[in-house]
Amino acid sequence: MKNRCPETNSHRDDLARRKFLAGVVGGGAVMLAPGVTLHAVARPLDAPASGGIRWGMLVEAGKCDSNCTGCVDACNTEHGLTGNDRPATDAQWIRKVDVHDPKSGKDTSLPMMCQHCAEPPCVDVCPTGASFKRADGIVLVDKHSCIGCRYCMMACPYKARSFIHEPLHDQKPWAPRGKGTVESCTFCVHRVDAGGTPACVEACDKKQKGALTFGDLNDPGSDISKKIEQLQTRHIRADLGLDPGVRYSGI
Amino acid sequence: MLLAALLLMVGVGGSFAHDDEKHEHTALGEQCVEDEDFMRRNHMALLKHQRDETVHDGLRTKKYSLRGCLNCHAPAHPSDGSQPASIESGEHFCAGCHVYVAVKLDCFECHAELGE
Repeated sequence: MKNRCPETNSHRDDLARRKFLAGVVGGGAVMLAPGVTLHAVARPLDAPASGGIRWGMLVEAGKCDSNCTGCVDACNTEHGLTGNDRPATDAQWIRKVDVHDPKSGKDTSLPMMCQHCAEPPCVDVCPTGASFKRADGIVLVDKHSCIGCRYCMMACPYKARSFIHEPLHDQKPWAPRGKGTVESCTFCVHRVDAGGTPACVEACDKKQKGALTFGDLNDPGSDISKKIEQLQTRHIRADLGLDPGVRYSGI
Repeated sequence: MLLAALLLMVGVGGSFAHDDEKHEHTALGEQCVEDEDFMRRNHMALLKHQRDETVHDGLRTKKYSLRGCLNCHAPAHPSDGSQPASIESGEHFCAGCHVYVAVKLDCFECHAELGE
């Protein structure tokens, strides 16, 4: 069920480089300092995002606690999503969803965010090209060209996007946000480009839950690929054929 | 309007001395990434080019990045211990010229107005 890109030359080069670098640094994840774990060696600053990589996330709902909001809090802090105490319109990049099955009585809790689809409907409907998918599969909004029409919000089946209604101040340097534009989870692209993991994953690990795994779906050796091989996982609304980068187990 | 402003900037050329002295102490580095004259005329092109590469391709080179400019020209903690200037005040490095030449500056409606 894994999403594999055709074996292109650049993909092979990337794999070769990754293996070489992994050998140099002693393999696997590298703990640089408390809270800064490199899952892979950072890409050089002047190298573009690679089409050989497909960033993805695995959510193990069985490990997700319904009254834990660690991932949501970490996201809000990381990107300065302060809100105005108006839940209907405040920006929300990740949210907790509690699901109850009345027949079995089973309760499930899971985080829901941009699913970073391979066939993103938000990109299809965007009239200005502001909604786009990066070569490595991360779906973003280029706010320089976003006109705030909110078609993408309507098109997204996961309700993943937010519109900024009011002027903002004191934005984080790594997360520019402004009135009149749409935004959503970026997979913490600023961290990923520096070789790090998203803030939600880090927060979940810190709480010893380990419900979130982030990594390269195209790399058979990555933690996420190995887990997906072993666990029964699925896409939410797989019937839509969007091929999301986020997979769930235990739902 | 923009053309007029650009012409004005070109015409005025090196005569931005009105606030050169004021800004001198806010730049942390010895030397800008390009010559001053070049930067006065072309900083917007450099920034626009960099922003597209960064957002769409994930290139994170620092030379022409907005954050790079701000880290030097509008640091959150100025080396002389003074309060950092907000973009509304006109004391901000960018606002100083943009107010003078009446060119609307909307970078900071989204971007942080101070460096690190």
